[in-house]
Amino acid sequence: MSEGATDGRANAVEVRGLAKVFNAGRADAVEALLDIDLIIAPGEFVSLIGPSGCGKSTQLRLIANLTEPTRGEVLVNGKPARRARLDQDYGMAFQQAGLFEWRSVAKNVELPLELKGWDRAGRRRRAFEMLELVKLREFAEHFPWQLSGGMQQRVAIARALAAHPPLLLMDEPFGALDEMTREHMQTELLRICRETSTTVVFVTHSIPEAVFLSTRVVVMSPRPGRITDVVDVELGPRRGVDTREKEAFFAKVTEVREALRGIQPAGIEPDIEQVVEEHP
Amino acid sequence: MTRSRGRLLGLLWPPVVFGAAFLVIWETAVNVFDFQPYFLPAPSAILDAFRSNTELIWEATKVSGLNALIGLVLGTAIGVGMAFLLARFRLADDLMSPLAVALNAVPIFVLVAVFNNMYPVTSEVPRRLMATLVVYFIVLINVARGLREVGSVYLDLMRSYAASDVTVLRKVRVPHAVPYLFIALKIAAPASVITAFVSEYFGGLQNGLGSRIVSNIALSNNAEAWAYVLGACLLGLAFFLTAAALERVATPGGVGARERDGA
Repeated sequence: MSEGATDGRANAVEVRGLAKVFNAGRADAVEALLDIDLIIAPGEFVSLIGPSGCGKSTQLRLIANLTEPTRGEVLVNGKPARRARLDQDYGMAFQQAGLFEWRSVAKNVELPLELKGWDRAGRRRRAFEMLELVKLREFAEHFPWQLSGGMQQRVAIARALAAHPPLLLMDEPFGALDEMTREHMQTELLRICRETSTTVVFVTHSIPEAVFLSTRVVVMSPRPGRITDVVDVELGPRRGVDTREKEAFFAKVTEVREALRGIQPAGIEPDIEQVVEEHP
Repeated sequence: MTRSRGRLLGLLWPPVVFGAAFLVIWETAVNVFDFQPYFLPAPSAILDAFRSNTELIWEATKVSGLNALIGLVLGTAIGVGMAFLLARFRLADDLMSPLAVALNAVPIFVLVAVFNNMYPVTSEVPRRLMATLVVYFIVLINVARGLREVGSVYLDLMRSYAASDVTVLRKVRVPHAVPYLFIALKIAAPASVITAFVSEYFGGLQNGLGSRIVSNIALSNNAEAWAYVLGACLLGLAFFLTAAALERVATPGGVGARERDGA
């Protein structure tokens, strides 16, 4: 396991003794996460994998400070998670593209910049750069409903990266896409992250996806979620169609599958990731 | 361009043909079965009555139409304002929502009888008040929903941008509620016209379309009564089409969000 940055830069993510209990202190309390320690260095691509209900999405939401931990500490770029969120140190993408349907594609990409107070011309220029990056430049003036699911997800990635955050948090962003689009998007994501040198934390429950994308795969157990294994994936920085057919790729897929097999499935209880906290 | 015109034509001809056929069958039935005018006048007789009374019908239309319009504008303004309050304050929501639902289940038209008692006989205020009330509830319920029912992914996203509540309101909730407002208006606009007519049945000045329909029936001027009904239909249609046209202008892409979801 990587012990963090050695070149003096702060770790991208530092999680120490993290625990999350939903409805704490009540009869229906649910322990979602327990004793999570995780250090992610800048430039890494780390996937969180585990059966549904293992709290991997909760962990991502804690890193993003979308929810507060019950115990423990989360640092992003060396700052407390809340500070990092207020400074917009990360970009985020979800399983739903979550595009605003009353905004054109370009206007959707501009939104985070708009909220940061960028001027119109600067926003416009950056939005087109980002759309260039995800190869959707010619769709800038289209509206989201005119795009396919994969294209919408690419717009969402462009939006997440628009402000050039050093960290990208992704919660099953390709979960709703078909296999072909999914593989294409994975290759594209690696290219984009290489070109922008972005650190990524990626939640998935697809083993090949985790192996193909990651430098490290973090394997988690079901409720209460704990890290049971960490698999380093040394497939090199340049991965493409051939990578998926290599012996080393299959070996890693097997390794992750075996790490997951040691884990009891979550059973038929309701999925913890479905526990939605009330927004005040 | 030609393609969209072709599509428009494709959309238009079925109701037009159906409507024409309906009128022909009506006309024929009246002649063949020799219906008496007090039972059902023929479309041609109604059209004649409409032509010879155009000026009177127009005068009555202006009265009812103005009442409906005032109700529509006031009801929308108050409804939208209240929706913002409900979206902002939990307590207001808890107080108002059950009340709104309960009132919606009551045939509130009857309130106009009470309003009539509160104002002089020659006053138009009770009718306008009634239209305002009907529009208010339709707008309130829909717009409050549009402001509140924003998907959690959008709220998470805005939180990740460190957006304030005011920013979320401006950038997410308000634009999200716009299509809901127009759904409400498309229901409320014809409803305000209907309310204006029906309110006239409960007394007051005999100057609107509703009261003219009643008085012509009382005088057995059936074709004239139907001519006023036709005027009422046209007024309701005009209100609806105006609301629908406003929707097209106000929603980017030209179509309401809901219609898009359904497509």
